Amino acid sequence: MTPLVEVRHLVKHFERGGGLFRARTVVKAVDDVSFVVNEGETFALVGESGSGKSTTGRCMLRLVAPTSGEVLFRGRDVLAYSSAEMRAARRDMQMVFQDPYSSLNPRMRAFTIVEEPLVIHAIGSKADRRARVADLFTLVGLDPGHLDRYPHEFSGGQRQRIGLARALALNPSFIIADEPVSALDVSIQAQVINLLMDLQEQLKLTYLFIAHDLRLVRHISTRVAVMYLGRIVEMGNTAEIFANAQHPYTKALLSAVPATDPDAPRARIELDPALVAPGAPLRQVSEGHFAAV
Amino acid sequence: MSSLRRYADSGTVSDTLLSVDGLTTVFDVAPRPVVAVNDVSFEIRKGETLGLVGESGSGKSVTAFSIIGLLQSPGRIAGGRVLFQGRDLTQLPEPEMRKVRGAGIGFVFQEPMAALNPVMRVGAHIAEALIVHGLASRAEARERAIDLLRAVKITDPGKRVDDYPHQLSGGMRQRVMMAVALACKPQLLIADEPTTALDVTVQAQVLDLLRDMKAQFELSLLLITHDLGVIAETADRVAVMYAGRIVEQGTVRQVFREPAHPYTRGLLASIPGDTAGSRLRAIDGTVPNMASLPAGCSFAPRCAHRMAVCETSFPSQTVVAHDHSVRCYLNGGQP
Repeated sequence: MTPLVEVRHLVKHFERGGGLFRARTVVKAVDDVSFVVNEGETFALVGESGSGKSTTGRCMLRLVAPTSGEVLFRGRDVLAYSSAEMRAARRDMQMVFQDPYSSLNPRMRAFTIVEEPLVIHAIGSKADRRARVADLFTLVGLDPGHLDRYPHEFSGGQRQRIGLARALALNPSFIIADEPVSALDVSIQAQVINLLMDLQEQLKLTYLFIAHDLRLVRHISTRVAVMYLGRIVEMGNTAEIFANAQHPYTKALLSAVPATDPDAPRARIELDPALVAPGAPLRQVSEGHFAAV
Repeated sequence: MSSLRRYADSGTVSDTLLSVDGLTTVFDVAPRPVVAVNDVSFEIRKGETLGLVGESGSGKSVTAFSIIGLLQSPGRIAGGRVLFQGRDLTQLPEPEMRKVRGAGIGFVFQEPMAALNPVMRVGAHIAEALIVHGLASRAEARERAIDLLRAVKITDPGKRVDDYPHQLSGGMRQRVMMAVALACKPQLLIADEPTTALDVTVQAQVLDLLRDMKAQFELSLLLITHDLGVIAETADRVAVMYAGRIVEQGTVRQVFREPAHPYTRGLLASIPGDTAGSRLRAIDGTVPNMASLPAGCSFAPRCAHRMAVCETSFPSQTVVAHDHSVRCYLNGGQP
């Protein structure tokens, strides 16, 4: 297990207010988050809206500037890079976004959308790029005959494939997928998940998978970190977390997932905020399993 | 509790509360009309929850809007009947229909922020429903609103009644929507994706509340969702919609244990379960475009069991078990 990405004490505070009559308030969106993503694995960040999981992902690619902390990629701190170094580094770290409807420019043809990263990084001749985009289309299961179509001519699942093709254009080793299937229909979600898993094997990709759907996380991830109010409250091997959750929030979250078995016993565990010790540090509860309890 | 019983005193004689029979809804758009709901029939019995499940564009929301007469042009009901307490709602004049909405059938939508008026206080939404239906005077309405907010388990209802919608969380807004819907003691509540925009723990609370309200107010429930887990937890019976038609319906236990239609089987199989790391059994292809449906069974292009007959005409309905029917040639459907 070689660490590919290491996040150390990442903090992102957003300041609000600060007007003439209003005191400035600080929202601790990400509050001292540390984790390691190993090469070739799928590491999942789960949590509910506002838990800081997306902000963590965005900070790692410097799409938003973190307040403090370190993000080591292959041992070097990405946050200390100059903008030129960062541009080069982004070839290796890419992002797939949640909404395939708003993340693709509606006025650009699918070909241009996928080609753009190659143009920005001045890779290949025009003919080379056309061939590369056609290959990428085939790779993600799109028809290369549709290169010149516009986003609206594709279905939601196909648009997510376009976003994926664009992310893969520069041969990255690390992909942050932020809720990549939550905007898709149930029958299409499974197709895209299968594609993500196939690509991982084929291209030796490492994923940070940001999601709120625990059924999906359980299926796709090797390790998982549960975020609550900007902090990681539990982290470990996925199977271990699902079988043996320790933190009260993880327990509540797991018990809230609707079972698809109509005869499954319903044991809803409500989160008692009194049980959550604010600021409790993660401690090891078993081999590779940490919880803030 | 006594204040709540006032809302729960309705009683009906017949076992069937709502009977939708051959409902067909058409949108008159260019170049040719789109049949969004095609020959849909189902019943909801008193005290029962029917789950209507389908993907986006399958016609489940249009079905709900057709039932409560809130279709907007170019949509129109082209055929069928909606019998509610013995009356065909499709034939009711608008003033009569207005009485049915709210007092007979309440509804809760997916986006509570879009359904609530941002410049009206929470209490005013509930009071308006009560006053319009002549169920309370202005003076009483506030107290009744507080009672209802308490019933939907909003803490500190005496204070919350004066809040504006933006001051509430998503889950609280959905509770307010439920209080508005329940204000006029409907017998049927239609909930269209009531938990889709909510976090999973809040979703669980809202589903628990729906179950509580159903028992407390003796409601029947039409629950529209794309989430089979929500159906499994909440519904008694389920109808599966695909491309405007109900392709399978039956008790939740029957349909989840022995799904008969390849689409239902595919949907159930594509949910990640205890299969960590393996490939999911996805349904191939894409959700069809309602404007250009194939001849024959709309699911045929994606179906692994496709036969020649599937591409010619839509199969008739067959009963595969008690209270379990399907429209598929594999199960004896006829052209």
